[in-house]
Amino acid sequence: MAFDDNRLSYLNRLAGKRYFMLGDEACAYGAIYAGCDFIAGYPITPASEIAELLARELPRAGGICIQMEDELASIAAIIGASWTGARTMTATSGPGFSLMQENLGYAVMTETPCVVVDVQRSGPSTGQATKPAQGDMMQARWGTHGDHNIIALSPNSGQECLDLMLECFNLADEYRTPVILLMDGEIGHIRESVLMPDPEQITHKTRKAARPGEDVFGGDDLVPGMVHYGAGRNIHVTGSTHKANGMRDVTTPEVHDALIRRIYAKIDQNREKIVRVEADTDPRGPARIGVISYGASSRPARGAVLAARSEGIAVDFLRLITIWPFARTQVAEFAKDLDIILVPEMNLGQMSREIERFVDCRVQPVSKIGGIPHTIGQIHRAIREAV
Amino acid sequence: MKTEFRFVAFGGQGMILAGVIFGEGAINDGKNAVQSQSYGPESRGGAARAEVIIADEAIDYPMVLEADYLVALSQPGYDKHAAEIKQGATVIIDEDLVTAENNPRAGAFIRLPFTKTADALGQRIVTNLVMLGSVCAIADIIKKDALLEAVKSNVPSKFLELNVTAFNQGYELGRQARQ
Repeated sequence: MAFDDNRLSYLNRLAGKRYFMLGDEACAYGAIYAGCDFIAGYPITPASEIAELLARELPRAGGICIQMEDELASIAAIIGASWTGARTMTATSGPGFSLMQENLGYAVMTETPCVVVDVQRSGPSTGQATKPAQGDMMQARWGTHGDHNIIALSPNSGQECLDLMLECFNLADEYRTPVILLMDGEIGHIRESVLMPDPEQITHKTRKAARPGEDVFGGDDLVPGMVHYGAGRNIHVTGSTHKANGMRDVTTPEVHDALIRRIYAKIDQNREKIVRVEADTDPRGPARIGVISYGASSRPARGAVLAARSEGIAVDFLRLITIWPFARTQVAEFAKDLDIILVPEMNLGQMSREIERFVDCRVQPVSKIGGIPHTIGQIHRAIREAV
Repeated sequence: MKTEFRFVAFGGQGMILAGVIFGEGAINDGKNAVQSQSYGPESRGGAARAEVIIADEAIDYPMVLEADYLVALSQPGYDKHAAEIKQGATVIIDEDLVTAENNPRAGAFIRLPFTKTADALGQRIVTNLVMLGSVCAIADIIKKDALLEAVKSNVPSKFLELNVTAFNQGYELGRQARQ
């Protein structure tokens, strides 16, 4: 996919410039670089600035922004628009993300590429509405019902909000699936320096198109090609169990089995291609203590690892960039020679439990809830106590 | 080197914009900066706080724990944060808005007439720019030109001259206080 002239000239005006902006704003610019054509959204703290910026800027770059009546309609709109061939997204926070879960399942079942940004805030319910948290890690994984896989990425800086949006849109098209950018209110609401890339350096993956007569919901490949609305072919898109040609069949066990196993496998079998982590092993050699973190928590975690190393404590550090599918191979490899892994996260141990499933050593959550991120000192103390 | 600034005031005094401009000025000057903010649901009258960390290295923790500079334009803001400063920190208060004895942890305690200066310009709304000018001169971490560039990109163009005048008068106050 190439940029049209309008988008290219818009982005050429930004290229190479450095701005001091919110993580939310960087995410919005990432969407424009990713070739997003359409955003439908409903305001919610701390995600509102994403749609706010896109409402202003996306039309200038040749795209469309609609404020919907609620979150249910927002995700429904982007699913429909995606079937016209548009790159589509919505942005919300935990409560809105909860409202989107039903249609998120519809996007999974109909294999509709789209991007959902969740800027996590403190819950459950209205909780501490203006305070950050990382409480939706498992909502992203299992929020919608039924067997499914999902892709979710987590940025830890303004720059990465922009960069990972590009990746989200590419993964959505490549695997014909909804993809979630799991931000948190901390990263969304701090301002940092963000460099606008050169549009010529951006790679867009192209959605595979179904050949004439080819099935749109099955066939030889794990990821079937799509036929867009208006392309001249009649297709049936349904959230009910369907055959490879899209027609409903909710009674034949083999049809459901084949469909759901394929939708599950297209992400599961490409796990190693999808997963990205950032490993920083102690250069002075074998550490007994490891720290695994992600998103906003990974910043004080890194600071604490460096502080501990400066005192002579050997510590390895791993940052999860891809949250789902889970980096099970990379985490198992990281844990091989460790006695203990500390997991700083702004929840009561959601990813700690996932890590525990794939390692032999002890896993200890370093939980922080209440709306204020971990300090470097808090994680540093946890490392000292683990010695 | 890492320097942490905390700006506290009531909502409506422009502290958050001041924080944004201060951080952007640092970026213009080739430094790393992170700005964060905290405010109540009301746009005026509640507590407002802006924090800026400026460093040569990457900034791991984006919030201020103990400030190197505490700048206070409200009494409750000062009272709440007076103890959360580094030993030897610089405290700067608006002398007409904050009443305080010398802070025992402060290395320097500076009282300046931010609001009065803005009032003399006929526009209390530029109090934040007077304050920024003073902080620029006192801290001497961001070049004046780099900060003025950030002022230009963040205030409406028809009020630019007024804002730059306020900044310059604040800068002069800060320069004298530093001597």
